[in-house]
Amino acid sequence: MVCDWITESLGWSKKQRWSDMTQLRETSSVGTKRDFIRIRGLSKYFGEGGQPGVQALADITCSIAEGSFVSVVGPSGCGKSTLMRIIAGLLDYSQGDVSVDGQPVHGTRRDIGVVFQSSILLPWRTILENVMLPAEVLGLDMRSSRKRALELLELVRLRGFEEKMPRQLSGGMQQRASIARALLHNPKVLLMDEPFGALDALTREQMNIELQRIWSESGKTVILITHSISEAIFLGDVVFVMTPRPGTLARTINVNLPRPRSLDLTGTPEFANASHEIRELFNHAGNLE
Amino acid sequence: MTNAQLKPTAAEGGVISRTPIAGTAGLQRIFKSSRFLSSVLLIALILFWEFGIRALKVPRFLVPPFSDVLKALWQGFSAAPLARDGFWFHSGITLVEVLLGFFIGSGVGLALGILISQVRVLEEVLRPYIVAFQSLPKVAIAPLIVMWLGYGISSKVAIVCLLTFFPVLITSITGFHAVDNDRIDLLRSLSATSWQIFTKAKFPSALPYVFAGLEMAAAFSVVGAIVGEFVGAQSGLGVLILQLDAQMDTGGSFAVFIILSLMGVGLSAGLRSVRRRVLDWMPEELSSRTINT
Repeated sequence: MVCDWITESLGWSKKQRWSDMTQLRETSSVGTKRDFIRIRGLSKYFGEGGQPGVQALADITCSIAEGSFVSVVGPSGCGKSTLMRIIAGLLDYSQGDVSVDGQPVHGTRRDIGVVFQSSILLPWRTILENVMLPAEVLGLDMRSSRKRALELLELVRLRGFEEKMPRQLSGGMQQRASIARALLHNPKVLLMDEPFGALDALTREQMNIELQRIWSESGKTVILITHSISEAIFLGDVVFVMTPRPGTLARTINVNLPRPRSLDLTGTPEFANASHEIRELFNHAGNLE
Repeated sequence: MTNAQLKPTAAEGGVISRTPIAGTAGLQRIFKSSRFLSSVLLIALILFWEFGIRALKVPRFLVPPFSDVLKALWQGFSAAPLARDGFWFHSGITLVEVLLGFFIGSGVGLALGILISQVRVLEEVLRPYIVAFQSLPKVAIAPLIVMWLGYGISSKVAIVCLLTFFPVLITSITGFHAVDNDRIDLLRSLSATSWQIFTKAKFPSALPYVFAGLEMAAAFSVVGAIVGEFVGAQSGLGVLILQLDAQMDTGGSFAVFIILSLMGVGLSAGLRSVRRRVLDWMPEELSSRTINT
């Protein structure tokens, strides 16, 4: 009874739920679209003078479908940021293969946008000039980029702030501006490294809803690195759960909650089950924060 | 209801009673402002200087009364621009030495600072020499430089260069090392070239440090020119001070001190206005805090 009421209020029919459950069984392939990012047997050692030292990542294999939203969740030091930096081409890797859009990753690429832990807006530039930075660096047409920058500022709800300096904006607004900047050169992939970690809980929830909207409107493939279990489930089509020492991909969880998701969803049994499953994995690895 | 009725009356009463209070408060603010107080102090000091010295019967060749200093200033500046006994000529010479030395010295300091901070090997090789040279009081070399370059303007420019070079070099190296790695990562993630990383992230990030060095250099530049002229020169304010002292014209010497301090104030004011324009994104207190930490 209660379960029926929940499914109904969430707008699911029984049929839809059945199809969700069948999808749950085919965990190996993520989504139905083609794999956009492929990682095979990836390992990373941090060592000095060419000697293998600490192993940060161990034998990670996964694939990410085009247009999907993937959350990577794990406790501090599980190598999730290292994984992101490797995909972004900011860090080289020791073993394995990483490819984006069919091409092996060697160094940075022009079709990736990165959102970092802090907004890293350059304080001597206005918000618009900050959002335009990728256009300058990549040598894009300035006039059309300016138009796109204004559209993106509209998308992240910062229209009217384009001439403001970064320090005049709140932390949440700064991070939204940095999302607009990451999207300016129309990258195929958006990599986000704990983008809301520095924000307070309320702003963070709002930013999660905003990000879901930005993602659905832009249609990018998004990889979100986070240490918040609820953020990972709330936003992700798929959640990669990582455990530390060395960083391994412990499980891939498909989240089949309907979109657009609202914050009320966090109280549903489905949500609770998924977060329980992730927490169990952390407990098992002896690492609950 | 009662609140709504009360509010306008309270506001009216406020306006009526506020006007006289605001007047006295405004006056109080003027009296307490630091600018007003320092002008009062200046006038008091000048009055004490003028009349205190006469009352205490201090000899004129030790400390001249203020009126003598004004007289000397008037006489010095009413001379023809190129007259060798006037202030214009000597001030001009010293100013040229200061400005030339400052621009060359700090320019080379900045350029080398950038180079050294970007090339690790260079920094490791040069660091002991920089430290050794920095701890040497540069004015000690002044006599040698005058001997090498002669009594003309070039030896003074060289001494000013030497004095302004080091503060700018050291602060530039520090500034370019202090660049936030995140900013570099951001540009790297966009496949930026090294030159783009330098112009768009490193250089603007290091500017507050560079300006701190330039301010130090500005203060040193006047010192360098005067020391150089003391050691050996044919013209300049330093030479003038030596001549006036030899003639026991203490009033004249004091007049030159005033010119020198105005020169220093002008230099640092000019620098500050450039700084305001270039670093308008960073409030002054904030940048000095950045540098101190």
